[in-house]
Amino acid sequence: MESTTALRHTPLFDRHVTAGAKLVPFAGWEMPVQYEGVKEEHLAVRASCGVFDVSHMGEIQTEGPGAQALLQRLLSNDVSKLDVGDAQYSVLCKEGGGILDDLFTYRLGEDSYLTVTNAANHEKDLAWFERHAADFECTVGDRLESWAMLAVQGPDARGIVAGLAEAELPPRMRAERVPLAGDLDGVTALVCGTGYTGEDGVEILVEPGAAERLWDALVAAGAVPAGLAARDTLRTEVCFHLYGNDMDESRNPIEAGLGWCCKEDTGFIGAEAVAKARSEGTAEKLVPFAFTGPGIPRQGNQVLVGGEPAGEVTSGTFSPSLEKGIGMAYVRADAAEPGTEIEVDVRGKRRAARIESRPLYDPTKKES
Amino acid sequence: MAAESYPEDLKYHPEHDWARIEGDQATFGITWYAQDALGEVVFFEPPEVGATISKDSAYAEVESVKAVSDVYAPLSGEVTEVNEALADNPERINEDPYGEGWLVKVKLSDPSEADQLLDVDAYKNLLGSDS
Repeated sequence: MESTTALRHTPLFDRHVTAGAKLVPFAGWEMPVQYEGVKEEHLAVRASCGVFDVSHMGEIQTEGPGAQALLQRLLSNDVSKLDVGDAQYSVLCKEGGGILDDLFTYRLGEDSYLTVTNAANHEKDLAWFERHAADFECTVGDRLESWAMLAVQGPDARGIVAGLAEAELPPRMRAERVPLAGDLDGVTALVCGTGYTGEDGVEILVEPGAAERLWDALVAAGAVPAGLAARDTLRTEVCFHLYGNDMDESRNPIEAGLGWCCKEDTGFIGAEAVAKARSEGTAEKLVPFAFTGPGIPRQGNQVLVGGEPAGEVTSGTFSPSLEKGIGMAYVRADAAEPGTEIEVDVRGKRRAARIESRPLYDPTKKES
Repeated sequence: MAAESYPEDLKYHPEHDWARIEGDQATFGITWYAQDALGEVVFFEPPEVGATISKDSAYAEVESVKAVSDVYAPLSGEVTEVNEALADNPERINEDPYGEGWLVKVKLSDPSEADQLLDVDAYKNLLGSDS
């Protein structure tokens, strides 16, 4: 399908081409999967700082006196806990508890919220928001075209971004409008203390016309361009979910290990099903695992416990930080304890692995 | 990573494998083009010494962080040696694809199969029409 449909380009597309990125179709966009190499980019984020173009991600703005009530109905987390400037993670569920998307929501003002969607789900999410907005005193706006989004991640990320900013950066899980300096004088960015790598850092939303100048300034200050492949290996090491791999409409947040962002007493759509799954337990659970010998797990590989089929790998990769095969898999709930020895069938070869606790790699414990 | 090159003394298979033939013995590996397309190799799954491999069939796997690629036998024979050093240093396939990044040594069962392989000019033409 993607070969016959025109792929969309982010405002940074020319920068990726100039940098010699390998470009691939991703959720309808032509995106950089890597520049110099996945391992180098991955390790640069762990050791210093990487910059990712994530402008393909969508944004939905919900505004008006009923905005909070609408979001409380749609999002699994307790939106009333958000002060202005706060960020919050949640999932969007169907009535039966199946996950439509996972989202970050930022409270921009008293009655204004910005929700970041996964590129592949943006249109679906937008339709879901609009369909339910009728009963609430608020407007729902598609802001995909309004923002370019750059993720700047790694132990040096804040220092690099601070050098381009005229004001203090927000701490973790906060979002602030920050005026930028130098070539970006006159541009105000929305800087968010969030990310998808486990490292400290920020995600920066700017007007599309300023994206190239911001990219150039970040790279000039030492941020290493990093592609979607490194983004995926980084998030897998810290066990962050990828929609479409580790959850979809057939999975509920309890089996996906996302019960922590579900507050059923808020009455969100799907809350009853989630409460039932929480009290009764689920047949399977999503668990992280690491190989104890050779091999690299891949999505779709079968998991065996005691030699019997017991689940399936949903994310699998080589871990550049741990230098071994790692992944996440749904396995039978009675075999999901950390420490359980499992096997993964990788194209006919049974590879030894062990279920681990989250995260597989802890950036806060790295040696310096 | 090594600079792009295709040595003149090798024979090439269209699946981007090379063979260095010495009588009824040969060394196999993957070409610069193959390792570049795959990216940094992080795992090499060799065949067992003694295994019989057949021309045009997959006999090993190389994996990068994000991808798996079968390695095709340019010629038929029995594996007499595998490059054990690749277990700890698979990146040698990227750094030196025709030297330290060799994959296996094979006793050929039918050395005349070599007539079906490409010489360096024919292989370069194939790459030219590929891209």
